[in-house]
Amino acid sequence: MSGMSRIVKTITNVAFPFVMIYGLYVIAHGHLTPGGGFQGGAVVASGLAMILVAYGSIWVVGKIKEKQLSVLESLGAIGFIGLAFIGIILLFFYSNYEGSFFKNFLIGQDTIPIFNEIGKGLANINTAGVLPFMNFAVGLKVIAGLFTIVLVMAYATRIKEGK
Amino acid sequence: MSGRNFAAIIFFAIFGIFLLFGALMMHPFGEFDEEHYPEMDQYIIDNTQEETGADNGVTSVVFDYRGFDTLGEATVLFTAVAGVILVFRRLKK
Repeated sequence: MSGMSRIVKTITNVAFPFVMIYGLYVIAHGHLTPGGGFQGGAVVASGLAMILVAYGSIWVVGKIKEKQLSVLESLGAIGFIGLAFIGIILLFFYSNYEGSFFKNFLIGQDTIPIFNEIGKGLANINTAGVLPFMNFAVGLKVIAGLFTIVLVMAYATRIKEGK
Repeated sequence: MSGRNFAAIIFFAIFGIFLLFGALMMHPFGEFDEEHYPEMDQYIIDNTQEETGADNGVTSVVFDYRGFDTLGEATVLFTAVAGVILVFRRLKK
């Protein structure tokens, strides 16, 4: 699929930053407002798909490779599972710590007082322990995954459209 | 009628009967029921801010109380991406 007209490209350039900021806002405020990693990641991936439609898949593939996206997605998955495993790993260092898989180790326990101070209070951005980090990890994974799907599909069907 | 169609009709009838009974046994919407009181809903509504610190109850359920389910969802997404890349790899060249 080659690029579209200059009008479409200009409108895309204007709308793209707002879509990005809204999606990243939904990811970052996942523990406070409706939304989260999946929803915000879908919004950001929609903005990237808009770039893909306006500029054409050949131009986008020249800028970013599918392998880089798969590295990003793997980073998100490793971050998510790593945060889940830290809840277990802390068991080896603290004898009176009650941990399990997917334990929210930054809040709700008195064994490690430094961690517990971080997540106190309500309606602040630095509350909820590990939930914002998990939102970031899942958001990265969803952005990279959905954009990889759209990019690979668009680039594979470019021959029929004519270069 | 072939055997395959007959089996499909039988299966559809059993499935429809299950759906019908399920719809009939549902308790009315919004009605307070002592017998089937949703303890878990009330527990999450009462304790989510205390236990997880999150204002958004849905996020606290998805990432904290039921984090294992989200891990499965992430695996589904990974499988979808892997399948799409696998299918379209031949067309790329």
